Amino acid sequence: MIPCQNPDRLYDVIIVGAGPAGLAAALAAWEEGARDILICERAAEAGGILGQCIHNGFGLEIFREELTGPEYAGRYLDLLADTRVELLTDTMVIGIDGHETTELARGGRPGTMLHAPDCHRVRVTGSSLDCRDLRARAVILAMGCRERSRGGIALPGSRPSGILTAGAAQRYVNIEGWSVGRRVVILGSGDIGLIMARRLTLEGAQVLACVELLPWSGGLIRNIVQCLNDYDIPLLLGHTITAVHGRRRLEAVTVSAVDPRSRRPLPGTEQHYDCDTLLLSVGLIPENELTRAAGIPLDERTRGAIVDENMETATPGIFACGNVLHVHDLVDYVSAESGRTGRAAARYALSRKATPTPRSGSLMVLPAGELSYVVPQRLTRSGLARSQTLYGRVRRPMPEAYLVLESDGVVLARWKRERLAPGEMIRLNVPAAILQQAGGSLELRAEPAESATPDRHDVNRPAAMPPEN
Amino acid sequence: MHYDLIVIGCGVIGAAVARLASLRGLGVLVLEAAHDVSCGASKANSAILHAGFDPEPGTLMAEMNVRGVELYREICTDLDVPRLENGALVLGFDQADRAHLELLLERGRRNGVADLRIVGQEELRALEPGVSPEATAALYAPTSAIVDPWELTLAMTENAIANGARLELGARVTAIRLSGEPGGTFTVETEDGRSFTGRSIVNAAGVEAGRVHRLLGGSDWGSRPTRGEYYLLDKSAGSAARHTLFQCPTAAGKGVLVSPTVHGNLIVGPNAELLDDSHAVETTAAGLAEVAAAARRSLPALPLHENIRNFAGIRAACDVDDFIIAASPLDPAFINLAGIKSPGLSAAPAIAERALELLRAAGIRSADRPDAVRTRKRVRFRDLDLEERNRLIAADPAWGRIICRCETITEAEIVAAIHGPVPATSLDAVKRHAGAGMGRCQGGFCGPRVQALLARELGRRYNDICQHEPGSHIVLGPLGAETTEGGPS
Amino acid sequence: MKQEVICIVCPRGCLLTVDSERDWAVSGNHCARGIAYGRAELQHPVRSLTTTVAISGAAIARAPVRSRGELPKETLPEVMAALRRCRLEAPVRRGDTVLADAAGSGVDIIVTRDLDRVTETEGEPA
Repeated sequence: MIPCQNPDRLYDVIIVGAGPAGLAAALAAWEEGARDILICERAAEAGGILGQCIHNGFGLEIFREELTGPEYAGRYLDLLADTRVELLTDTMVIGIDGHETTELARGGRPGTMLHAPDCHRVRVTGSSLDCRDLRARAVILAMGCRERSRGGIALPGSRPSGILTAGAAQRYVNIEGWSVGRRVVILGSGDIGLIMARRLTLEGAQVLACVELLPWSGGLIRNIVQCLNDYDIPLLLGHTITAVHGRRRLEAVTVSAVDPRSRRPLPGTEQHYDCDTLLLSVGLIPENELTRAAGIPLDERTRGAIVDENMETATPGIFACGNVLHVHDLVDYVSAESGRTGRAAARYALSRKATPTPRSGSLMVLPAGELSYVVPQRLTRSGLARSQTLYGRVRRPMPEAYLVLESDGVVLARWKRERLAPGEMIRLNVPAAILQQAGGSLELRAEPAESATPDRHDVNRPAAMPPEN
Repeated sequence: MHYDLIVIGCGVIGAAVARLASLRGLGVLVLEAAHDVSCGASKANSAILHAGFDPEPGTLMAEMNVRGVELYREICTDLDVPRLENGALVLGFDQADRAHLELLLERGRRNGVADLRIVGQEELRALEPGVSPEATAALYAPTSAIVDPWELTLAMTENAIANGARLELGARVTAIRLSGEPGGTFTVETEDGRSFTGRSIVNAAGVEAGRVHRLLGGSDWGSRPTRGEYYLLDKSAGSAARHTLFQCPTAAGKGVLVSPTVHGNLIVGPNAELLDDSHAVETTAAGLAEVAAAARRSLPALPLHENIRNFAGIRAACDVDDFIIAASPLDPAFINLAGIKSPGLSAAPAIAERALELLRAAGIRSADRPDAVRTRKRVRFRDLDLEERNRLIAADPAWGRIICRCETITEAEIVAAIHGPVPATSLDAVKRHAGAGMGRCQGGFCGPRVQALLARELGRRYNDICQHEPGSHIVLGPLGAETTEGGPS
Repeated sequence: MKQEVICIVCPRGCLLTVDSERDWAVSGNHCARGIAYGRAELQHPVRSLTTTVAISGAAIARAPVRSRGELPKETLPEVMAALRRCRLEAPVRRGDTVLADAAGSGVDIIVTRDLDRVTETEGEPA
């Protein structure tokens, strides 16, 4: 990678964000033949969130070895070192095609995108450039996600300091080297929360409990073992925090059991935990302000853009990948998806096409049953002619389940899966032979095995899918 | 320094008094117990400039409300404070409500509120498409407005300072003495041992007004601290309502409102809970549930999942069912502005006018200063066009560095707030003064960066920077410096 | 005696059964690494360690580090204490050894991120 050479030229691809998604997209776009590629990054360095994820567990899919976050980012930087992909750091993208996020920040309404322009304009501001529009044939949105904050869960109580998201704590501890607290309670059992339980314990803090509203953890089971069990940190499933105490610094929290069905706190179950720190690990939200401002339609299920199999949004030439599109479980899958996106964006740019992809023949893929979303949400006519990978998540854990693909009420295929959990993304490879049978609609359904109807379509089980046991 | 006027409390009332007094040439000192202005009821309220149909005709509340919102038209323009006349609708769901709407209409007319009328269901739906189909009529008040109460209080304080007023923060008043007969000198002492003298005092201490009057030897007015809890929704939910939607009071309560804010968020609340503690600003699960249920009555599709923050405010209510705007029986130059509950924000500039009239009666004369600074401007990067932005960036690259990405706030704006006339010295103060951290991530991303800017600009250690009051530390100390050994069991 | 352990080798999290009376025979695993893990976990458990070490002269205050391989679980507190006494000086490169033969385990602790030397040390704790 090299610094930005000439910001006034017309780029093939501009990528918003140099995290794992942006880096993988840039590398793939380069490999596909694009030569004018620019990544805009708001931080001082590339790598995104990987820099603070100092733990291991990355890279098993892409590099076939277990790496830490900084090492994983380092591998991509090594791969990009030989390219002439340009990187502009300390630069924030604040608008696309004349629609600034500031319009939303001022309470304005999003713009509407009516046509496919010859090139897109990416408005930046930062330390090295003034506030201006850069131009590119294709744009890849790779802004990542943010953590749900206290307001997102309407956590009642006072407003002392000492309540922070797990990711913010991770940054304070791992990058800046500050101790965030001595007696810690963690709300939410997502992976970042679990990882921070171990991290803070190793640094000498006392982690009193990890409190989870649901009857299951959203984190990987290995993290429960090596981050909680190893250090005797209790995991309180079916519990939540019902009050925060302390005027200046946090002094205590009240923890209550919840009714398993209504998830409402059960009176009389209150426990008091004296603590000076509360970490929130209560969900991630794709950061789509730029997307929304540009008038690009979003999927309310994923809170990311609606895309086709090329990860192209409804606006021709604007693509999205990684956690800004939907929240992934493993960074390896972010890289894989972003590679696909980078290649598609490069092809778009190099073909210099200025006409929209024909939408007429495309099909929406809708989630059903226990499946909470599907990405891509749309398959184009040419996409239906090829094998495709669909991503999704289930709403609740299921020891055995079927994924059922239907078109116009006809089952096209059925796949058996074991141990599906909301914390883990489903990746489903659907062969072209099956997609070619699609009629006017597509629906992907997840259903627990016990309620499944007799499996007359088992013959359709694709050979490409290895048995799960 | 001997002041003409000592204002105790720098909420919206104290700020309005200080501004007007300084415009009229008085030497003003403002004492504020907290470490920033606007930290009491002015921080946590519905942010509405009420049209004026609610208060009983003939009360001070009615008179001050109507006069106050008239004065704000000019004040908000002069001081560059966001204000939007979005109009209000009081929703009626049944016959009893209909009668109440008629009552409000009549009150409003007697109070002198312009353009009030009752609209039927069809017009109501046209005005506010998301409103509940159960709402069959509404009182429409097109002059009702919304405002940013933090910016308003800050702007009036800054304008007072520009005209020579002095502001002391962290100055909790613990003693007031009057030397000599009425017309003598007041000596005011603060908790940290400082002492100030002045010819007159305005007591604008909000929920502490009774305590402050007792320091002089006066009586208080009974304390009825009433808490109201709120939701603040993300800007993506801001278009759920265009107007401020009120409900008619019922046996269950006064009804909660749903309103857009001037920044494009949606505010939902408050309930009303009488408490013993006038500083109990925590939210409760029960209170928030009550607010949510009541608000859904107005707006069934209320997107509460877009919530970014809950907060609670304490109304400075007392046993008197009206504002108290009067000289103390103990001294005509000690003016009490007490019991300022809703519509206190709307009434503030009118209350300030009345306070100066009372001071004049006590012999503290003032007249408009021809050389006074009447305007104040705040530069917001996000509101500028490219050319204006680049002119600023050329002069100082900090104008190009976005620190708060949700609200598009630059380093230069934050530095300006830190070194402003009312210095922002905590994370929350920077949020109120510059807007950084007000958005959907609530400082999750920009918090550490704002903290670094505070440390750099104030010359303090990073770990000494606080969230709000002293003691509200964000990080404890360098890693490993004060921790004990830890490891797997 | 049969004991159950959850494999932490990969995100899959297999539930292993280990029989100490049949030469630590492992079942329930989906790959060969699970056998090694199951045997080790009940006899001499090991863990990877990832943490940070203070660094001066870099753009950030802490350099991320990890164990090159796995450490006996019971040595982690001792290794953490030893790392607390370490102080790096930028520049450092991925793979540089911070602490050799940590706690006599034979395992080195290495840097996981390239950190260049910068003149300004912003963000470093005072």
